[in-house]
Amino acid sequence: MTKPTHPRHHVLSVLVQNRSGVLARVASLFARRGYNIYSLAVAPTDDESLSRITIVVDVETAPLEQVVKQLHKLINVIKISELDPLDSVERELMLLTVKAAAGKRSEILELLGLFEGNVLDVGHDEITVSMDDEPERLDDLENLLMPYGIIDVQRTGRVALPRLEHTRP
Amino acid sequence: MKTNGGAALIKALEMEGVETVFGLPGGAILPVYDPIIESPIRHILVRHEQGAGHMAQGYAQSTGRPGVAIVTSGPAATNIVTPLCDAYMDSIPMVVITGQVAYSAIGTDAFQEADTVGITRGVTKHNELIARAEDIPLLVRQAFHIATTGRPGPVLLDVPKNIVDPNNPDSALDWYWPTDEEVAASLPGYKPTIKGHPRKIKQAAQMIMEAERPVIYAGGGILKARAAEELRELAEMTNTPVVTTLMARGAFPDDHPLCLGMPGMHGNYTAVTSMQQCDLLIALGSRFDDRITGRLDGFAPDAKVIHADIDPAELGKVRVPEVPIVGDARLIIVGIIKELRKLQDRGTELPDITDWRSTVSGWQERYPLTYEQSEPGGLLKPQYVLEQLRERAPEDCIVASGVGQHQMWTSQYWKFRHPYTWINSGGLGTMGFAVPAAIGAKVGRPDRMVWAVDGDGCFQMTAQELVTATTERIPVKVAILNNAYLGMVRQWQEMFYEERYSEVYLSPDLPDYVKWAEAMGCLALRVESPEEVGPAIDKANAVNDRPVVLEFRTDSSEKVFPMVPSGLSNDHVMVDPSQEDPK
Repeated sequence: MTKPTHPRHHVLSVLVQNRSGVLARVASLFARRGYNIYSLAVAPTDDESLSRITIVVDVETAPLEQVVKQLHKLINVIKISELDPLDSVERELMLLTVKAAAGKRSEILELLGLFEGNVLDVGHDEITVSMDDEPERLDDLENLLMPYGIIDVQRTGRVALPRLEHTRP
Repeated sequence: MKTNGGAALIKALEMEGVETVFGLPGGAILPVYDPIIESPIRHILVRHEQGAGHMAQGYAQSTGRPGVAIVTSGPAATNIVTPLCDAYMDSIPMVVITGQVAYSAIGTDAFQEADTVGITRGVTKHNELIARAEDIPLLVRQAFHIATTGRPGPVLLDVPKNIVDPNNPDSALDWYWPTDEEVAASLPGYKPTIKGHPRKIKQAAQMIMEAERPVIYAGGGILKARAAEELRELAEMTNTPVVTTLMARGAFPDDHPLCLGMPGMHGNYTAVTSMQQCDLLIALGSRFDDRITGRLDGFAPDAKVIHADIDPAELGKVRVPEVPIVGDARLIIVGIIKELRKLQDRGTELPDITDWRSTVSGWQERYPLTYEQSEPGGLLKPQYVLEQLRERAPEDCIVASGVGQHQMWTSQYWKFRHPYTWINSGGLGTMGFAVPAAIGAKVGRPDRMVWAVDGDGCFQMTAQELVTATTERIPVKVAILNNAYLGMVRQWQEMFYEERYSEVYLSPDLPDYVKWAEAMGCLALRVESPEEVGPAIDKANAVNDRPVVLEFRTDSSEKVFPMVPSGLSNDHVMVDPSQEDPK
C-alpha cells in the first residue's frame, strides 16, 4: 500500500482541452497564491482533443478547495478530481545516472535488479538506469544509490488514476 | 463565401449585434480597421486606450449588452489592462480585441509586441490568441457567449496581423457562422449553473419562514441577473429590509420603506448595523467583499446565511453559508417566492418581524446621513452639491463616478430609484473611471441624461476623453468636486496617520479646470458659493449639444461618514461627529 508522501501533498487530476496556454492558466492559479507545485505531468488522453494534467501540490486542504473552485472556472478545464493516494494507482518514471567504477558496478546492478529497474546506458565510470514504480519506491532506490555518487536524476512527476472496484456491486 | 480575417472579424461583430465599438487604431490592427469604413458599426475614436475600455464598461453597465473595444498591440494592449481588470472585478460583460504582430514574429520582441494573452490571463474571464483566420468566427462567438453568460466578465481576443491582412494568404477563409450547438460543443468545460438547486431553494424558504431579524443583502448580481423586480417582490412579500451594496445601488429603490441603503465601510449606520444584528442574512448576488464585512471574525455574528450566487467559487470563499445556492439570482428569487407561497398555502405564517422593523427604523431616525452646511463665504459642501445635482436631474438620470470620497458621497446622497442608473468602479477602485464610463453610458443610452461626478484627482487621469465626447457629439455632464486633494487619502492621513499629509495636495487652481474643459470643446463653469450651485446645474442640464463641465470648489476638510475604520469590526461605526453620543 502506498504511503502519502507528505501530509500537505494533494494529488489533482485535471482533464483539460488540449489547447495552447492551458497549462499556463492552470499553473498561474497556483502561482498567484504562492503555492508551490511539487510535481506536474501532462499528456494527451485517448481522445487527442483532451489532456490530463496530474498535479501534486503542497497546500493545506481549505485553501485547496478554493483553488479547485477557481480551476473549475477556467473555460478549458473540463473535470477535476482529487486523488486520495490510498484510493488511486500511481506511477512515476525515473532516469538516474550514477558513478559506477568497475568495482561497484555489480553492486549497483544487484540493487537495480531488486527494484526491477533497467539499465539504459553504460559508460566507462557511470551507468544510467531507469525505473518506473510508485514514487516512494523511486525515492528508496535513489536513497540507496546516493552513496555511490548520483550524477543526474530526472523524474517525470507522478501520474495517477483512481483505483477500480474489486468486488462486483 | 471567400473572405479574409479582417472582414470576417468585423462581420462577426455585426452578427453578434454589436452597434458601437470604442477604439483607437495602430499598426498591427490596421487591417481590422479598414472594413470598419463600410460597416454599419459605429466606431468611437478615443484619445487613450484606457478610455476605450472604460467606455465599453459604461456602455455595458447602462445597457446590459456587452461593451466592445478594439485597440492595437503592445502599448495599446497594456493600456487596456486596467479596464479589463476593472471589468473582471465587477463582472462586466466586455469583449476586447487587440492587434498582435504577425504570428511568425511573436516572441521575437518585434515592434509593439507584448505578450498580451500572458499579461491579461489573470484579469480576464477568458482570452485567446487566434492562430488561424478560419478560427475567427468561432472564437468571436465563443467570446461573446463567455462574456455574457454565467458570471459575466471580460474576454480578450488577440489577433495577429497576418491572419487579418487581406494581402497575406494566411488571412483567407471561407465564411461560416457557427450555431449555438457548435459553440456549446466547442466549450465542453463551460456549463454555468443557471437554475438553483430545488432542495436548497426549499431550505432557504424554510429559513426565511423562521427568521426573526432578516436582512436581504443585495449585490451587483441582482442587476446582472435583471432581477430588480423579483427582489422587490421578495422583500415586500416577506417585509424584509434590503441593503444594496455599492455595486447594487439602484437595484432596490432608495425611497422604498424597506430600503436601508448602502452597507459597508462608508455605508449608513442602519444598513451596517442591521446586517451586524440580523439573525438571517439573505445574500443575493453579493460576494462578502472586505469593504462590506469589515473585520471578518466580527461580522454578523448571530446570522445564519443564505448565499445565492451564479459563481460557485464565491460560496464559502469568505463566509461559509448555511444554505449555498448556485444559480441565476432572478431564477433563485422566483423559486424562493414560489416555495414561500407553498408554505403559506399549507398554513405556515410568515413570522411577525414588527419588533425588528421598529428597531431598524429607530436606527434610521437616530442616525440619518447628515452634514453641516457651509458657513457664509466658506467653501461648498460636497454633499450639498450632490443633493442639488440629484434634485435637479431627471429621475432616471444615469450617474457615473470615479473613486474616492466623491464616489462615496454620490452613492450616499444620490437617491437611486431605478436599476442601471449607477455606474462606478467597485472592486478595483480605478481612479479616472468616471469620464469615460459616463461617455460609454451616454452612447448606450442617448435618451438619458448622464452625469459624471468626479474628483479633481480622478479627473486629471482621464479628462482627455472629453475631446472624444465633443468630437463624437456625446453630451455628457461632468461635476468635478474640486477639493484640491486626493481626498480619501487625505481623510485616512488625517484620521489614522496623525494628520501627516504625505503627497496628497493637488492645488485648486492648477490646472485651471474651466480653461481645460473649454479647450476640449466643453461648456465650463466654476461654482464657488452655495447660491450659484442650483443655477449652474440648471444651466448644465439645459445644454444638450456638447459636454459640460462644472467645477465645484469644495471644502477639503470634509470627510466621509459614517466610517468603519479598516481592521475593525462593523460594530465600530464612526458616525458624523454631530451624531456622537455626548460623553
